[in-house]
Amino acid sequence: MDLLEYQGKALFAKHGVPVPDGRPARSPGEAVEAAEELGYPVVVKAQVLIGGRGKAGGIKLAQDRAAVEEHAAAILGMDIRGFTVRELYVERASDIAEEHYAAILLDRGAKMPLAMLSRMGGMDVEAIADRDPSAIARVHVDPLVGFQDFHARRLAFDAGVANDLVRPIGALLARLYDVFVEEDASLVEVNPLLVTTSRDVVALDAKVTIDANALYRHPDVATLAGAASDDEQERMAHERGLTFVKLDGDIGILGNGAGLVMSTLDVVAQAGGRPANFLDAGGGSKAEAIVDAVEVILSNPNVTAVLFNIFGGITRCDEVARGLVTAFGQIEVKVPFVVRLDGTNDEEGRRIIAEAELPNVAVEKTMLGAAAKVVELAG
Amino acid sequence: MSILVGSETKLVVSGLTGREGSFHGMNNRRYGTDVVAGVTPGKGGQDVEGVPIFDTVHEAVAATGANTSMVFVPPRFAADAVLEAADAGVGLAVCITEGIPVHDMLRVYTHLQRGPTRLIGPNCPGILSPGKANVGIIPAHFFSEGGVGLVSRSGTLTYQIGNELAQRGFGNSTIVGIGGDPVVGSSFIDVIAMFQADSQTELIVMCGEIGGDEEERTADYIAEHVTKPVVAYIAGFTAPPGKTMGHAGAIVSGSKGTAQAKADALEAKGVSVGRTPTDVAELAAQMLGAAAA
Repeated sequence: MDLLEYQGKALFAKHGVPVPDGRPARSPGEAVEAAEELGYPVVVKAQVLIGGRGKAGGIKLAQDRAAVEEHAAAILGMDIRGFTVRELYVERASDIAEEHYAAILLDRGAKMPLAMLSRMGGMDVEAIADRDPSAIARVHVDPLVGFQDFHARRLAFDAGVANDLVRPIGALLARLYDVFVEEDASLVEVNPLLVTTSRDVVALDAKVTIDANALYRHPDVATLAGAASDDEQERMAHERGLTFVKLDGDIGILGNGAGLVMSTLDVVAQAGGRPANFLDAGGGSKAEAIVDAVEVILSNPNVTAVLFNIFGGITRCDEVARGLVTAFGQIEVKVPFVVRLDGTNDEEGRRIIAEAELPNVAVEKTMLGAAAKVVELAG
Repeated sequence: MSILVGSETKLVVSGLTGREGSFHGMNNRRYGTDVVAGVTPGKGGQDVEGVPIFDTVHEAVAATGANTSMVFVPPRFAADAVLEAADAGVGLAVCITEGIPVHDMLRVYTHLQRGPTRLIGPNCPGILSPGKANVGIIPAHFFSEGGVGLVSRSGTLTYQIGNELAQRGFGNSTIVGIGGDPVVGSSFIDVIAMFQADSQTELIVMCGEIGGDEEERTADYIAEHVTKPVVAYIAGFTAPPGKTMGHAGAIVSGSKGTAQAKADALEAKGVSVGRTPTDVAELAAQMLGAAAA
């Protein structure tokens, strides 16, 4: 799960990574209150999980109370590349001498943490790499050894940072690695890593991704998770424990197993359809989960047809069929369903659906046949 | 022959007394797998349908000669159970558990690289060598013995493809689920190298998905080291960037890890990539048919 800038900076501060003083705010009034506490000038920053905030007008310098109020009102509710601004971060303004870049991330290919440092901060890391790949210093860190001083020195000297900055940047990197490991992050990125005119180093931004599988170790971060999703349907699915991703089409999809659901989306798209969602009902889909899933799928008004694609392994097709029959008893269903049941107890599952005489439900035996049918019905 | 598991497998199950562990452990035994022991701390001396339970893996190995471990414990205990199996000298650990923190897996992976124990998984359906042994949760009744080696990051998608092959009359040497997490113990390359060396395997099917660059690196490996025909499938062409699609490892990051890039990399190295699971089965059937003729 991705954290907002101020949430990431709270973790930075907890582990001793220097950050400018700041306060979150949800209204112009709160923003003014924060600014008065911090002292002027301040920067009013939109808190959204997407880059390019500055270019979109979501980051503004304010010299006084009136400017804070004006900028806060303008930024709250602003749409930045599809993300609505609901929170602000008001931060004491920093004087900027140089902008560097630092990150620690999980390198999946090497199966090791990768630490990176560059003097070309302030732009996207992919843009730095495009311009000059040698401008980014990289070292892999053995997870059983941890981040050592030599890692920091190699990064600093390879990146060509000024001699007087080798130690402070090294210390910041070591603390960043603490955040990475102790907070179970898969990414911590500081861009820009600021060098002030008085030669202090400060994390001016924070991009942090926490491993969702490790949230049980971080109850403080876990409480942020529910609020993180911008979409009501995704929140509803999350509350019901369903693995769900909203997409922009009109065909509702349910399947069992992540790989099979991904494959179902692809096959529907190949048949000319547009999937409205990814929904994995899980390895042992029980009737109750099916009812929940149908409710979530149909809560999207764009959905004009629904495809169930089940290959029963641990999941039993008769259980899925019973869940579907129960769901039709509880929910008023106005769109056609195509149900493909194959694998464990598939004949019984198809029999249950046939006997229930559900309106508007077509049963198919194959995945491709079911995809073609649902695309036809979606219109 | 088959790979990884077979008639020589002697299985110890960590978590055999749990609901899932006993259900699948006993299922594996009914299939013919030699399930010799279970491990649950504090329940040593008990048994599950006649299979003795030990407090530690070390005791289980000493008493029964177990050579393979199946880990069926909740996520927060799973990394420890894998390390315990390795420390007890088990040659193969198969971890079914989904939801293990990735930092735990980084440490486990790095440690196991320095010793002889191979890990399959986590977040995987396990390993089935039809007619010989089933270690995990793969529904074995769909599969029969044959010449197709199947390796996949996904469970049900593997059953879908395996079943389509079975309908065309083709069985499997071994089916290996390597797992859907970002850091897993064994890669496509590890398993494909074993299939290449396995006399029973005539053709290899690999089933990948979005996220990471495993498939791209596997394409290079196949071009250099694999003489047997390989058919691939990649799931997730329609996945939007930045969204985790069910599996923790299934995520397109920026422009990296897309299905298209993986399919292109494989095709560039001469690997046939099926557009649908049905297409994969048909390609495999054609190649096997041509080899038989």
